This record gives sequence, C-alpha cells and structure tokens, in this order.
Amino acid sequence: MKRAGFTSIWLPVALLLPQLSIIAIFFYWPAGWAVQSSFYLQDPFGFGSTFVGFENYTDLTANSEYMRIAWFTVVFTALVTFFSLSIALLLAVKADKVIRGAKSYRTLLMWVYAVAPPVAGFMGIMLFHQHTGPITDFFKALGWDYKILVDYNSTATAFIIVSVWKQIPVNFIFFLSGLQSIPRAVREAAMIDNRSGVRRFWDITFPLLAPTGFFLLIINITYALFDTFGIIDTLVKGEPGNNPMTLVYKVYMDGFRGNDLGGSSAQSVILMVLVLVLTVFQFRLIERRIHYS
Amino acid sequence: MARTQTRKPFRWAPVFDHTILILGALFMLVPVVLAFITSSHSAVQIAREGIMFTPGSHLGENYSKALFEKGGFTATIDGMVMLKNSLILGLGFAIGKIIISMMAAYALVYFRLRFATFAFWIIFTTLLLPLEVRILPSYEAIQRLDLANTYTGLIVPLIASATGTFFFRQFFRSVPEELAEAARIDGAGPVKFFIDILVPLSQTMIAAIFIIMFVFGWNQYLWPTLITTDEGLFTLVRGIKQIYQTMIDANSIPEYGQALALAIIAMLPPVLIVIFFQSWFVKGLTESDK
Repeated sequence: MKRAGFTSIWLPVALLLPQLSIIAIFFYWPAGWAVQSSFYLQDPFGFGSTFVGFENYTDLTANSEYMRIAWFTVVFTALVTFFSLSIALLLAVKADKVIRGAKSYRTLLMWVYAVAPPVAGFMGIMLFHQHTGPITDFFKALGWDYKILVDYNSTATAFIIVSVWKQIPVNFIFFLSGLQSIPRAVREAAMIDNRSGVRRFWDITFPLLAPTGFFLLIINITYALFDTFGIIDTLVKGEPGNNPMTLVYKVYMDGFRGNDLGGSSAQSVILMVLVLVLTVFQFRLIERRIHYS
Repeated sequence: MARTQTRKPFRWAPVFDHTILILGALFMLVPVVLAFITSSHSAVQIAREGIMFTPGSHLGENYSKALFEKGGFTATIDGMVMLKNSLILGLGFAIGKIIISMMAAYALVYFRLRFATFAFWIIFTTLLLPLEVRILPSYEAIQRLDLANTYTGLIVPLIASATGTFFFRQFFRSVPEELAEAARIDGAGPVKFFIDILVPLSQTMIAAIFIIMFVFGWNQYLWPTLITTDEGLFTLVRGIKQIYQTMIDANSIPEYGQALALAIIAMLPPVLIVIFFQSWFVKGLTESDK
C-alpha cells in the first residue's frame, strides 16, 4: 500500500463498485450455485431437485467413462505441454542467438498467438481430412492407417498437433524474453568458461530459465485443460461420439447436451479444485520470481 | 588464438540455427498459407481434392460471398454483420475491462481502506476460475437475468475476472510515490490526480493490455456459442461453428471456399494488430503474467 494515500471514503468504494458487482453477479453467484447444485439431483424435466450429498461425486469416480476421459486429459495435457514447451524453447534459443533476421523470425514465430482456437481447429479439419488431408496422406505414407474421427488415436493426434501449434507462440515469447533478460556479463563469462554451446546451454542458460519454465508449465497446463475447447469442438465437429475428449468438454457435453445438471456441476467443482491447486502453486512461483529478479 | 588464423573457417553453427528457425517459421506459417490458397477455389474443387497448393480463380467470389451473402437459417446474417459483432465484442471487452480494472486498481493502491485486503481477495479469487469451469452456472445466471442474446450478456461476464486489475495494480505500485504526494501538496484531489497524471502515465500499459484483451475478446468461442442463439449477434469465430454445422447437416456440397474465406477474415484483424503493435503486445503479455 502507498504511504501517500488519499483519505476519501466514498471515492474508493465508488471506484471498486463496478468491479465488485460484476464479480458478485457473474462470478460468485454462479460459482456458489455450481457448488450447491453439485449436491443435488435435478429432475430431468426441471421439476425440483433432491439433495443427494456426495452422490454426484461418487458416481463420477465410479464411472469408467469419466475416468477414461480424466486419463485422456492427463495424457493430452502432458503431451501438449511437453511438445509446445520444448519446441518453443529450441526456437527461442536459436532466435536469441542469430543476428541476421532476428526480428523477422520473432514476428513469424509469434503471430499465431492471435489465431482463434476454433479457426485453428477448422484448418485442422482440412489438413487432417480423412480422404483429402495432406497430413493424412503423410501418415499413410509412413504406414499408419490414419483415420480421424474413426480411430481414437488418430483423433487424439490431431488434437495434440493443432493444440501444440497454437501454443508455441506464447511459450516462445516468454522464453525469448527470459533469455534476453540474462545479463550480458553472465553470458560472456559462460562463453569464456565453456566453449561447447550445448554444455553452456544445459549448465548456464537452462537453470537461469527455470523460473520462466515453471511459470510456463502452469500456463500450459491451464491452456491444455481449458483453452483447447475450441480446437476440440471444431475438430470433432461438435459430435464427439466415441472420440477422445477432455474434462472441460465433458462438463459442457453433460451440462448442455445431456442436461445432467448435478453431474456437470460436480465435474465443474472438481475442475475448480484442480485449478485452485494449480493457481496457488503458480502464485508461489510468481512471488519467488519477483523476489529473485 | 584468433590472431594466428589468417582466414576465418566456415562455421556451420549459424547455418544450423537458421535451418531450425526457418523450419519453425514454416511450421507456423504453412497451414494458414494453405488455407488462404485453398480459399481461392470453388466448393466443388475443394470437396473433391481438399487442401490446394496452387491458387485458384474463385478468390474474389468466395470473399465477397463470405462477406456479403446473407446466410444462416434466417438468411439475414452476412460476414459484415459478424465482423461488426466481433468488433463490438473485442472492443467492448477490452475497453470495459481496462476502465473497470483501472478504477479498481486505483482504489486498491492509492487509498487507505479498511476493507482493502478483503476487497483484494474477493477480486483475486476470480483469477482462479476461468469461465470454462463455471460455464453452466454462468449460463443459468444470464438466463435468469434475461441477458441472453444481448451484447451485455456477451461481454460483461467475460469481464468478471481480475487479470486487468492485477496488471494495473502491479503497475501503479511501481509509480514513484512522490508523484501522489506532490499532487496532494499542489492541491490536486484524487480524481484530478487519476485523470491528469496517472492515466497519461499509464498510456503504454493501457495500449499493451488493450491488445491482449482485444485479441482475447475477439477470439472468444464457447461463451458466444452458448449465449447467442440469435444469428444477428453471431461473431466471426462463432460463425465458424455454424459453418461446420452446415457441413454435417447439408446434403449438398458444403461451401468450403466461402468457409475458409470467413476463417481468414476472422483471423486477419487480431493477427495484424499483434504484428503491427508487436512490442506493446509482448510487453503486455510478459508483464501481465496473464
């Protein structure tokens, strides 16, 4: 808090009021309502509801389909995070190193940030098309009988590739800014100490980038969990059927297509807890980052 | 050691670096270029052969159809309407968010408030839960408030998160304290200080956060899909869903060319903004810690 604060009473309240009321109406009310309805079983025709305690939650853990989707979400998140982070790191290290064309490379590698996920998914539909897609042809040439929307792994592969493509720019931007904030003196000292570029990277650069990396890890996990919705919905054309889906997609399917209010709310609450844990973790990392810089 | 060498030997490392960067750039670029090239072909051609690698002759036709031909179930919506709605969503969200969060951040940083810590936590808890998690209850809330199919229902719930407030709070705290003190001594009140000193001082920050928020708002998909059933309120990104719906339903050949044209139109404004205001964009992204 500032020492030289103003002492008015009504003004700060008036300033805070818009933000607080929007949050109350569109955040706390819905969130509280989700928690509440997760303990109720809604009549499918909308006539009243009965309190069922934790039944909606225990139903979920007993549901093999839900557990399968949870497992897919874990694998999907891990792969998207791993590939988009490592590709972006490689590109950022190279973009930081080259002298000629550095600016052009930077632009070329970051503009995809602005492409909407469903637009990316729509291009994916064309590229992975079962009969005419060039990527399908490529996989077939490698001997893989690639069939999107028919074969589980084929569809999952398309999800992952499109999601990684869409996420590389964010990671690239953060890694590059992390690299550029490494002091010149440190770089020069490293140059003198160690002539091997690969060794220099693992011994000096990589540890110095670790805070950025941890921070991005959380960003990427939340991205894979939530922001890939548009990509998945477009790639499966709104009809997932037997195709893989993520937990967020399942919340949407059960809530809006299946009209299972209690079950969908329970799933929302589970995701809330998950994000809560991730964010607390993230806050601690940010604190540490600010502390060291 | 360099002195003993008369000629520098050819170094392979830069070649290798550039190769990797070029491959990376191509990986990002090629899908969009192919989508653009394909959008210049007729629907029949694309339905038969898929992605095209050479330009066709239907470019103008596809784009003018995508922009001006009335479509949808009610045959009242065209690309221009969707473009307008996307702009309203992008601008409304960005401007609304900036105003509301600057006000809140100002109150939190510059005033001695009894309940400041409490307000801080009330606001920052919202960082924890993205809209996707509480999508169904938020939808119910909008229904009960009778805000479905309105711009208010489209924009305001998206503003209900603290990203902007957090960002401006960080920035205000980095502003030298002497400024407020000097203003006070000169007899400037809190409103005057905010409008005449703090807002002009924050210009770069506002620009940076504006770009991030505009792109975020423009690219919204799930929320507009749920909240707008009235076609007159469809955004471009929302329109993409309509396209693939007709792909499934239609017995005739889907309008691939037109659909791809619409996809290109949908990505053009945010992409251009990010490219042209790159330094602000990067600043906004890396300093807001999203």
